[in-house]
Formats: sequence, structure tokens, C-alpha cells
Amino acid sequence: MAMSDASGNDVAIGNETDSKGRLLTSDGRPLRAALDRANRRRKLTAFGLVAPLLAFIVIFFAFPIVQMMWRSVDNPAVIDALPRTLVALEDWNGEDLPSEAVYRALYEDMMADEELPRLEQKIGPLAVRLNYEVSAARGAISRTSRNVDEFEAPFKDAFMDAHRLWRDTEIWRIIEREGRPLTASYYLAAVDAEYDENNEIVRADENRRIYVALFGRTFAMSVVITFMTFALGFPIAYYLSSLPMSKANLLMIAVLLPFWTSLLVRTSAWIVLLQGQGVINEMLVSIGLIGDDNRISMIYNMTGTIIAMTHILLPFMVLPLYSVMKTIPPSYVRAAKSLGATPTTAFRRVYFPQTLPGIAAGGVLVFIISIGYYITPALVGGQSGRMISNEIARHIQSSLNWGLAAALGSMLLVSVLILYWLFNKLVGTDSLKFG
Amino acid sequence: MSASAPQDGFVVFDKVQKSYDGETLVVKDLNLAVGKGEFLTMLGPSGSGKTTCLMMLAGFETATNGEILLDGKPINSVPPHKRGIGMVFQNYALFPHMTVGENLAFPLEVRGLGKSDRETKIKRALDMVQMGDFMNRRPAQLSGGQQQRIALARALVFEPELVLMDEPLGALDKQLREHMQFEITRLAHELGITTVYVTHDQTEALTMSDNVAVFDDGRIQQLDPPDVLYEEPKNSFVAQFIGENNTLDGVVKEIKGEHCVIELDGGELIDAKPVNVSEVGQRTTVSIRPERVEANRDRLDGDAHTIKAKVLEFIYMGDVFRTRLKVAGNENFIMKTRNAPDQVRHKPGDMIEIGWMPKDCRALDHS
Repeated sequence: MAMSDASGNDVAIGNETDSKGRLLTSDGRPLRAALDRANRRRKLTAFGLVAPLLAFIVIFFAFPIVQMMWRSVDNPAVIDALPRTLVALEDWNGEDLPSEAVYRALYEDMMADEELPRLEQKIGPLAVRLNYEVSAARGAISRTSRNVDEFEAPFKDAFMDAHRLWRDTEIWRIIEREGRPLTASYYLAAVDAEYDENNEIVRADENRRIYVALFGRTFAMSVVITFMTFALGFPIAYYLSSLPMSKANLLMIAVLLPFWTSLLVRTSAWIVLLQGQGVINEMLVSIGLIGDDNRISMIYNMTGTIIAMTHILLPFMVLPLYSVMKTIPPSYVRAAKSLGATPTTAFRRVYFPQTLPGIAAGGVLVFIISIGYYITPALVGGQSGRMISNEIARHIQSSLNWGLAAALGSMLLVSVLILYWLFNKLVGTDSLKFG
Repeated sequence: MSASAPQDGFVVFDKVQKSYDGETLVVKDLNLAVGKGEFLTMLGPSGSGKTTCLMMLAGFETATNGEILLDGKPINSVPPHKRGIGMVFQNYALFPHMTVGENLAFPLEVRGLGKSDRETKIKRALDMVQMGDFMNRRPAQLSGGQQQRIALARALVFEPELVLMDEPLGALDKQLREHMQFEITRLAHELGITTVYVTHDQTEALTMSDNVAVFDDGRIQQLDPPDVLYEEPKNSFVAQFIGENNTLDGVVKEIKGEHCVIELDGGELIDAKPVNVSEVGQRTTVSIRPERVEANRDRLDGDAHTIKAKVLEFIYMGDVFRTRLKVAGNENFIMKTRNAPDQVRHKPGDMIEIGWMPKDCRALDHS
């Protein structure tokens, strides 16, 4: 026994300790080290089992997200294309047109770019990039760069003759501002803001504000869809949970059927049903409920998106609700009744509060899925049923403004995370029951 | 009370039948009266119809035929929440999202009681089950026994005249169960409430009840106070179901009033009391309690029949000895003897003679 230490009296017999009071094994090694050694193999095995999925997630999920967030602030175009111009602009006072030296630097940058092989030329991307800031930039730069080899000193006049943009301080202000490796302009565009002539952040012109309203609409539609799935799903889940297993399974298949049908088929079916000449309108007209000339427009607008998405997302609400309701024994409601509660009171005060974890889980699930939903609004949304994801897709696929798309995507991601955090604060994720 | 005519009871089942599928009867022609303040236990194996009876009384199942009366009034069409019957469920059914106090307040709130009234009653009910300090706990923070007490308090807090209990002690360990048995009977008698208690545990039924109704096959097989039930079972089912029991098969050889002689299948003659036999030549199963088997010839009547038995096993259990015998081909014939100073401790292989008082050996229907 190591009785030398002061606390020796509370050391149990058989537990050897070293000078620092750490427990030792019977052959004198520190107990903790022995335990770590014994556990190492188990930990390695566990890590080996997790590693493939971990690698998959890092490569195909975490890395693209980081990449996207990086792209929303990354700003290489001006630096790459106009290194000399940027150096020359350092002395510019920002109010008058820059001096001849700056125009000469611009000429040199453009001439240097001409020398490069076509695939490495930087003026093209520069034109695209500057065009995001001022819409005439693309034309100005490409036209100028086509004729630049004929320019002669003084270059200031040559440029100013070539395009009116070079006679304006705005383009120089933009070049100077965007001549930094990181930019906030994509995020500004994503919240409908821009820089004015004093480089102050102001709201964009009224007719160019789209994204804030679109975010608002996306949230509003997601709330409506979440509520609709709840209103439709709660009674179904309640009924399912009250049935014997065999019948419940059969009906559950009916609930899950939408899962097993192609999304396109389902959405097309809604088009067939809801369109102007569709099944529902034809029926209403034929029974005389509405006139032939004022058919209800239920598709290619917000109504269409909400109907189709409610249908598609319904299982995500029903399943968590069902799994929670299944665990509520009928004896609770019976107990409430035996204590004198009417069936309504028993439901309201005893049954319903116990389904809240299911409602919360279903609600979070449906809301988060619908906030980033793309295909259904794209197919049946028309103009008024578009969501933010459609705008992101447009910037990736057609306008090719990936920086803006990345900014919008990052904002969507962050807002979902904030919502989840808020939810966790208010309700607590440990009360979630997904199934 | 068991003798009282059905109309006199506080709770009356009058020719009640219940079927779920329209083809088989779960409860067959049930007639039962429970007197005011009586503690009645419905005892039976699972599927015997006892829980169905309780659910019909509570109002969660409807009687297919017949009438259930509560305090003289038919209640078949009264919904459960208007019956005013307290109920304790098998798994307590304490509302998990409410505290103990809120659970107890629930029946009072739905009855529209004011706050101060509620608090007095809740306090009284909790003190009654010695749980006064647990007002603000959630059910999940309580042990099984504590939950049981709260469930009991909740069923009593609105002062019902009738309380139903559906196997309320099934989930507790043995020691706690015995303690709660005592608590429940004490409360029921102190408060003078009528109690209908369902269980499949015969010890529970015997120790707690004023009367026990033994259910099997949708019928009441016997309705009697516990001692009568144990000592004078009316048929083989009750004899087998209540307590430990030795059986021997044979044929009635002679009947003389309260005494008959049975010839066992091996030819041995034994004394018995005719219960379900009426004529000579009838096949019968006789039933003897292990503690009424006597191996000391001196303690039996002089002319009593005895029968040879071979000792197969001797188990020392402290207060009693349990001797397994082979009697007339039955190798599971048990004799229980008290651990008295002069008691013989038999060894396996011993041949002994056993007998019994004729009244302790009951000739029942052949099973």
C-alpha cells in the first residue's frame, strides 16, 4: 500500500496509487493508461465503421457547403485582370476622372491579356463580373478590348472615345471597390441593397427589389404548407394510431404511396387536375357552379404550389405524428373521462399536449424541406408561386451569377440554422420524435 | 352480502352479456350485486371476462345485453365522464405532461371547483396516501409505488362513491405490492367507498376483499368471502385456481348425507364431502388442501380411511415442511406440515399412511 501520501487513509485496500495519487493497476502501470490501451482497439473499430460515411459527408456535403459560402464572398476577377490599373488607382482621389497614368495602366493590362492564350484570358470574366455592378460594363469592356491594340497615347482620350463608360467616374469607383479579394456585393444584392456614388450602402431601386420579398414569400408559403400538412395529417395519424396493426399498415401504405411515385408524375397529375381546362374546372363548369369564362386559376400560381407541396410533404408530417400517437396508450383518455372530462376536454387537455413532440418534429421537418423546395414550384409555381430556390437555380443555370446564387444559398442555410436554434431554445430538440 | 338479491346492491349487473364480434360471448349472463361500502374483487385468469366487466361498469364498453345499475339507476346510456366513478388503471395513466398537483386538480377543474376548494381537496388526498411533498413533481420523477399512490389519490380526490381498480399493483415488486394491498384496503374501509377490484393474483384477492367473484369462461364460478372461497370451493376450477390443491380422480362408492366414500382409480377408498356429486357411480375429482393432509393416524377419526403414500421429496421451508408424495399414481401430491417440535421429518423413499377429515376433502365435478 502506498500510504506515503496524506490522503492515504481514504485509499481503499488493494488500490495502489503513485506519487500523484493516480490509481495504478496491479502490475504498476497507471490505471488510466491501461484503460486507454484496452479501449484503443474498440475505438479504432468504431472509427473504421464510421469512416466511409464520414469521408462521404466531408467530401460531398461539408466541402461543397464551405465552397459555396466561400464563393459568395470570393472576388478574384478584378485583381486577376487589372493588376497594373489597381496599383495606379491607389493615388486616385475618387471624385474626378483618374489621371492618364491609370488609363495607361488599363491599356497595359488589356494588352497583356491579349498575349495570353484564349482560355487564360481574364478580361472576359472581368466584363461579366463588372456587369453585375453596372449593366453597361460588359459591352464597354468587350468592345474596348477588341479595339485596344489600335489605341495610341494619350490613352485617356482613346478610352473615353471608345465607350462612354470610361468618361464616367462610376466604373472607376466600382473597379477600385471590387479590386479587393473579398466582396460583400453579392450579399448586398441578395438583400436588395447596393452602393451609391459615395460607396454608402442603400436600398436598391424599388423596381429592382426582388429577393427580400421572395424570402418573405418563401417563408410565408412554408408556414402555410406546414400548417396545411398539420391540418390534414393530424386526423389521419390519429385515425391510424387507433386502428389495429394490420389495418393501420394497409392504410400507412396509402399514406406512403406518394413517396413511391415519381415526383414528376405526382406534379403532372396535379397539373391535369388543376389547370384551366383540367378535371376540377371542367367539373365545376359542367355542374354550373362557375361560368365557362371565369374558371378558377389553381395552378401556375401560389395556390398550385401550396396544393402540390402539401400533398408531397404530407407523409413527413404523418409519420412523426403517427409514431408519437402510437405510444400514447388509450388509458390516458379513458382516465381523463373517468375523472369527469368530456371527450373534448379529454382530447384538448390530455391527448393533444402529448402529441406536441410529434407536431414539433413534423412541423420542423416539413418547414425545413419546403423552405428549400425547388422542383414543384418550378413546375407549377408560375410567377407568383416561385420560391427562393428557383431564383438560386436561375442564377446557377442561366444567369451564371454563381456568387449571388451562393449568397442566396448561404442566407437560406443560415436562416434554417437560426430557426432550428430558436426552435431548440423554445421547445428543445430532445423532445423531438421523428419516428 | 353475496346472498342479497341483485336489486339490493349499490352496483348491480343484471343478466349482462357482452360480445365483441357477434359470434362469441365474452361475458355470459352475469348477475352480480355489490353492496355499498363493499370491497369486491373480480378474480380470474386472463380472458375470463373480468376486465370487460370492469370496463362496462366504467362505461368504456357497452353491455350487449342486460342492465347495469348504479345506486338503483340504469347507467347503460350514461357516458363515462358522467358516471362519477373513480378508476385506477393498470399502468396508472398519470398524465405525463402534468405535475402531480395538476393531475389531482384535473378532476376538480373539470367539475368547476374553485381554486381554494381544489387546493384543500388535493392536499387532503395527497396526505391520505402520504405523498404531501410531491405536489410539484412530474410522474416520470416518481417510483412505481409513488405513482401508484398518486393514481389512487387522483381516483379518490373527487370523492366518488365507487372506485374501480384494474390490476393496479401488477407492475410493483412483491414487497411493495403487499404494502399497497394493505394501504388500499385501509383507505377503502376508512372512506367507506365501494370498491371493485380486478386482479389475477389470488393472494391479492384473498387478502384484500370482502367478497371475491371468481371468473372463468365469461361466468362467475363462485362468489363468496375469501375464507369460504378457500375452504369450500364449489367446483374444480375454483379449487384449482385458489391456493394450492391436491386432486385425485375416482368414482363415488356411497353417499350418506355430508359424507361419501370415493373409490380411486387404483382401488383405494377415501373419505370425502359430496359437493358436486349426487349419486353413486358418478366420476369425480376430489380436492384436498396440502395443509389438511394428515400423516399422524392418532389425529384422525378411528374409522377414517387412510391411503398409502410414498415420500418423493422433503423440502424444509422454515416455518413449514413441504413433502411431495406419490399417492394413487399422482406424483405431485403435496403435504404441508407445520414445523412443530414433534413433527416427523420424512425422508425420500419412506412409505407412510395419510388421511384427512372427510369435510376437508371435497368431491367436486370431474375435471
